[in-house]
Amino acid sequence: MKVAILVFPGTGGEQDCHYVLTEVFGLEAELVWHTETDLRRFDALILPGGASYGDYLRPGALAKFSPVMGSVIKAADSGTPILGIGNGFQILLEAGLLPGAMLVNESLLFYCGPQKVEVVKDRTPFTRGIAPGTLLDLPIAHGAGNYFIDEAGLAHLEANEQIVFRYAGSNPNGSVGAIAGVCNAAGNVVGLMPHPERAVEALLGSEDGQQIFKALINYWEAKK
Amino acid sequence: MKEPTPQEIRDEKIWQSLGLTEAEYEQICKTLGRLPNYTEVGMYSVLWSEHCAYKHTRPLFKLFPTTGERIIQGPGENAGVVDIGDGWAVVFKIESHNHPSAIEPYQGAATGVGGMLRDIFTMGARPIAALNSLRFGELDDERVRYLFKGVIAGIAGYGNPVGVPTVGGEIYFDRGYTGNPLVNVMAVGLVRHELITRASASGVGNPVMVVGAPTGRDGIAGASFASGELTDDSEAKSPTVQAGDPFVEKLLIEACLEAIEAGAVVGIQDMGAAGLTSSSCEMASRAGSGIEIDVSLVPQREPGMTPFEIMLSESQERMLIVPRKEAVERVKAIFAKYGLPAVVVGKVTDDGMIRVYNGPNLAAEVPAKSLSTDGAPTYVRQAKRPAYLDQTQAFDLSTIPEQTDYTTDLLNLLDSPTIASKQWVYRQFDYLAQMNTVVAPGDADAAVLRIKGTKKGIAVTVDGNGRMVYLDPYQGSLGVVAEAARNLVCTGAEPIGLTDGLNFGNPEKPEVYWQLQQSIQGLADAARELAIPVTGGNASLYNESSGQPIYPTPIVGMVGLIEDIDLRMTSSFKDTDDVIALLGWPGSELGGSEWLKLKVGEPQGKPPVINLGREKALQKACLAAIRRRLIKSAHDISEGGLAVCIAESCIQGNLGAEVQLPWPGRIDGLLFGESAGRIIVSVDPTKWEELSELAASYGVPLVRLGRVTANKVVFTCAQDQQVVSTTVASLKKAWEQALPKRLG
Repeated sequence: MKVAILVFPGTGGEQDCHYVLTEVFGLEAELVWHTETDLRRFDALILPGGASYGDYLRPGALAKFSPVMGSVIKAADSGTPILGIGNGFQILLEAGLLPGAMLVNESLLFYCGPQKVEVVKDRTPFTRGIAPGTLLDLPIAHGAGNYFIDEAGLAHLEANEQIVFRYAGSNPNGSVGAIAGVCNAAGNVVGLMPHPERAVEALLGSEDGQQIFKALINYWEAKK
Repeated sequence: MKEPTPQEIRDEKIWQSLGLTEAEYEQICKTLGRLPNYTEVGMYSVLWSEHCAYKHTRPLFKLFPTTGERIIQGPGENAGVVDIGDGWAVVFKIESHNHPSAIEPYQGAATGVGGMLRDIFTMGARPIAALNSLRFGELDDERVRYLFKGVIAGIAGYGNPVGVPTVGGEIYFDRGYTGNPLVNVMAVGLVRHELITRASASGVGNPVMVVGAPTGRDGIAGASFASGELTDDSEAKSPTVQAGDPFVEKLLIEACLEAIEAGAVVGIQDMGAAGLTSSSCEMASRAGSGIEIDVSLVPQREPGMTPFEIMLSESQERMLIVPRKEAVERVKAIFAKYGLPAVVVGKVTDDGMIRVYNGPNLAAEVPAKSLSTDGAPTYVRQAKRPAYLDQTQAFDLSTIPEQTDYTTDLLNLLDSPTIASKQWVYRQFDYLAQMNTVVAPGDADAAVLRIKGTKKGIAVTVDGNGRMVYLDPYQGSLGVVAEAARNLVCTGAEPIGLTDGLNFGNPEKPEVYWQLQQSIQGLADAARELAIPVTGGNASLYNESSGQPIYPTPIVGMVGLIEDIDLRMTSSFKDTDDVIALLGWPGSELGGSEWLKLKVGEPQGKPPVINLGREKALQKACLAAIRRRLIKSAHDISEGGLAVCIAESCIQGNLGAEVQLPWPGRIDGLLFGESAGRIIVSVDPTKWEELSELAASYGVPLVRLGRVTANKVVFTCAQDQQVVSTTVASLKKAWEQALPKRLG
């Protein structure tokens, strides 16, 4: 399996993801600059966290115009597993690949800290094999993670089982339904605000994030 | 506006409004052998400002020990570099942004972070951590709350998007800083030895390039502004505060590091204070070369800028690069990838002159050395011991009645913003970015980062104590260095280098100069005795508002090395029935303490006397105990004394404590005295014997005080009287709610 980690101007989490995929899981991963227009050689895509284009206008609002996004949309349509983490999630929302929108945190302040996250749906490439209801310790770090969708949209999400993660314990940012992550209708595109890549080593406080990457590996093995 | 002629500058004393003295102006005329023009006077005025030239502090810096076997780069570069083995080195420095933050807190703090980071990656290092040392007035003042929130938002608003974790720091609140807050930022970088790059313009004929953001009219002569006192009309100077663009900074980091890694760069320097003037002259004078530039080639944000404005602009996110001659296209291509301009504006020459052209016209021509720090005048002022010391040192503790119960005092101390939890603050910082943060902010006396690909870690801390230094600049400054080192040691790290941020009032006042002298002597003596070399630093003088100087506030940033990251230590109690003990010498000095501040308001008394020999032995013993896995927690006794120290270990571990104070004397002093050289440790009872032997072998006392319990926190005195009785939940509530409840 070969994973592309997309790098937009201002992205900050690409090295974290690269380190986790290659050093921790021994996968093949490549940093791909946002001007790339052909992603067909990759089996999965990750849009990492950070602040693409400085989060100017709205987080993700400018990155959606990057040349690479055309091929991201093609990959999404063809069923390639795509994971957006933090800012990557925001970009997928802005690009219309995932439903809903992101508001600034209810507190109006950036928030960084440990967070309990409940896995709601296991039928995605990134949660495969994780029993729904499982609680994961995954850190969050964002200023605009307040997920919003209108009532009709929410009903639609619930009916189609597109809610993948919810905040457990406390709702750190005011998200509708404590939603921490969603997927597209097909389930291959997943976005979440928590950072699983920052929780793969006991040394840093939690190994729960490993499950997300192991799920992808299992998905890939099963598909072969 | 038409620029004044050289004659007008002389006759109308225009140099005065630029911050030069008559003697300095005459020195310039003598150096040039003619009258300087407006651009030249401007260049001298910013580079000879206190902020850039360290006119008052440079003669005193000679006192610092600056060598050691790990030192790769001492003072004189953009940042110090210290070897940590395995081919890696850490790069670090502290810098102040006090004046801008007093006027425009968000941008002042943001650009402080930006400038500090540039000093790190200009050395070829990737910035891996930022810390800050902040001082404000009391939070009951509305403007203080505005400044505080603005500064925190500015640090977050810049540090988070550039992807550098803010991992630690310290915050003090005291009326002494009401009109003149202190914002000191420390940054730490990591670099392979072979990629260390210096700010030197060598290689005659090599091109000189300006890269990064275009130049605008912002921050013109900011360095001069920062070298004067804050006055009531300072707000009118807010145009001299620059605006930061973290997005461009992030691109600049990646582009510069890529260019350095490609081997394209001979020398590189941040354009910080005094912009193009300082970067060109510092780079030339370090190499003993000259530089010729044409300002008309510099990318500009606004039309019609004069050479004076271009040379003095402090627009952010810019660098001066001297590439190898054949690498110009390579550098351009790398910067183009990130959408940043990179333009050749001149070349390195061999005649030692800075020559500024505006198209075909010569706009300025001055010897680089004369402009640089080495060429600037230095001042040794008259020093006079301040009269207030007679009054503060005569303070008589017996005027404060003794109490039978100190529970309320303990809760009040935990509720005081200086001591209270800073979670409200660090939750706004992405302290986890880059995945190296092993010990998060607030979990130990220093932040701990792992070094990927090795077994190693580093610990970093910033410390200061303006009140103690105010009460005795020498002893207080010894204490600052000792405490910073103790903080590192409590995480299991061995201190390997320090950077100093000197924040003082107007040095032309004999009392302030005396404080400065005494303080630097103290810092230097402690650094030498504890064998921690000084790798550079920053001085911010003229910190006064309405004629009142701030407390003299030297800040120490320190880096320590942990050889095996598994042998790190935190400050929380871990298990019930563990023995709580004092490692170090008992003490009960209340002078300058937080408790005394609660009781009398104004700083009073004499600060604790520092015994560096004992300090050294204590730190060695603590490190040995951690490395032999004999202790389960270590927490330095500082603000709030022994009682607050134990309370914090309880809160962090969510456990209680039963403590008996075995010493005679005033209970308040035993509980809240801030005597130095003390560490509270917790120990598995089965390891007690071994720990006792270890402490004895270092000649350090180890005193058993009690045990860790489930939730009650009780202190009894030697007469078996209960003097504190509460629960960890009550302590936690006071400590956690203090900031949120004041900030609304």
